[in-house]
Amino acid sequence: MSERPEKEGIDLAVVDPAAESPNAEVPADRPVSTFRLVATLAVAGALAGLLIVLVNLHTKPIIDEYRAEQLKLAVYEVLPGVSNYRTLYRVDGNLVDEVPVGSKASDFRQAYIGYNEDGNMVGAAVSRGESGFADIVLVIFGFEPDTGILLGKKVLESKETPGLGDKIFKDQDFVQQFFDRPQTPLTAIKAGSGKGLPGEIDAITGATISSKVVVSIINNGVAEWQPLLQRADLGPAEPEEAP
Amino acid sequence: MRTTTPSQDFVRGIWKENPVLIQMLGLCPALAVTNTLKNALAMSAATFFVLTCSSVLISSVKSLIPKEVRISSYILVIATFVTLADMLLQAYAPVQHKELGAFIALIVVNCMILGRQEAFSSRNTVYRSLLDAIGVGIGFTIALVMMGGFREILGIGTLFDIPLFGPNFEPWVVMVLPAGGFLMLGFIILGLGVFEQRKKSREAAAA
Repeated sequence: MSERPEKEGIDLAVVDPAAESPNAEVPADRPVSTFRLVATLAVAGALAGLLIVLVNLHTKPIIDEYRAEQLKLAVYEVLPGVSNYRTLYRVDGNLVDEVPVGSKASDFRQAYIGYNEDGNMVGAAVSRGESGFADIVLVIFGFEPDTGILLGKKVLESKETPGLGDKIFKDQDFVQQFFDRPQTPLTAIKAGSGKGLPGEIDAITGATISSKVVVSIINNGVAEWQPLLQRADLGPAEPEEAP
Repeated sequence: MRTTTPSQDFVRGIWKENPVLIQMLGLCPALAVTNTLKNALAMSAATFFVLTCSSVLISSVKSLIPKEVRISSYILVIATFVTLADMLLQAYAPVQHKELGAFIALIVVNCMILGRQEAFSSRNTVYRSLLDAIGVGIGFTIALVMMGGFREILGIGTLFDIPLFGPNFEPWVVMVLPAGGFLMLGFIILGLGVFEQRKKSREAAAA
């Protein structure tokens, strides 16, 4: 739409900055000291930082609370059939019920052990993040510690490309594969080229990297947590959370 | 040589010099996140907030900023408000924040906002800059709402997640995909162009 000339007389401020110069405070020809330039940006930067810190102090608790809430819902989602769960903290390579006195629970990696209504253990859910196509992909997934069979997965955080990479949580066909009890370790394969082996996951066409990241997160996560979980006592000891 | 009145400063950005539909600025968010009306509104609100706050702040400190570092200062101010908008959205509208994802952070490089600072706020009073920013913000919102509304209706068959058609409606899926953004923007601009041309030829005939 090249109609700009017809708008003459109404306003030129957008197209012609020179048209409104009387209010410009700094004349073009006056030299400004380097110190002033540095000082201006330094002061502006300091004020900006201060403002961000103040708002962050206010919003951080709300965001954390929401995340905790989402995490709780996610545990029930990736461990189908679970009616309650308890949280174990990883302290010095061991899984314990309580964190050491004087430390915060959020400082430790956590595993969530889910139990069904009869009090039998269904599986364990852990979360893990790895670099995806864009930024970290954070996934929570549930598996049986004894057999290594995957029970479910959910993407908690991702900035993968909208329309392609975000199919790792929006494409129901892809997601469903993780709920069909595949045997870990998983292998990401080109969709349709499966040989019927256990643990095959059809990658998403156009989002191979994102698909592989999810598979890699689960494989590495199982490898990391399975020995710990097998060593720990996962009996139905006083579940702390009810739905 | 001031040629505009305060009311013109305000009205101009809404339609006659609409940032998206006429000036073709800020197309990244206009194309990327307008697949549903809700997302379009969330993006508009965030952009509106950043634009208004930046314009007010920059017009009030414009005499303190040396010309040589003005662009860096504007970007710094804009980036600060974007970070605030990002944190506030994450706290109070987490679902929308997740939908918009990386595009919130990209408001920093929305040339529409920097353009208003360079072309208007840096040489006008706080009052006028505020009016200008609100006008441009409304114009941006109108464009995004048009895009988001049409794309959601055609591509999903809903508006604000409320189904509009019967179960036999076959959604035109491409409209919610990235390609649909370009298609819809093209159609809207085409429609406006036809409308303008008709108006002009009518005026010519009357004269």
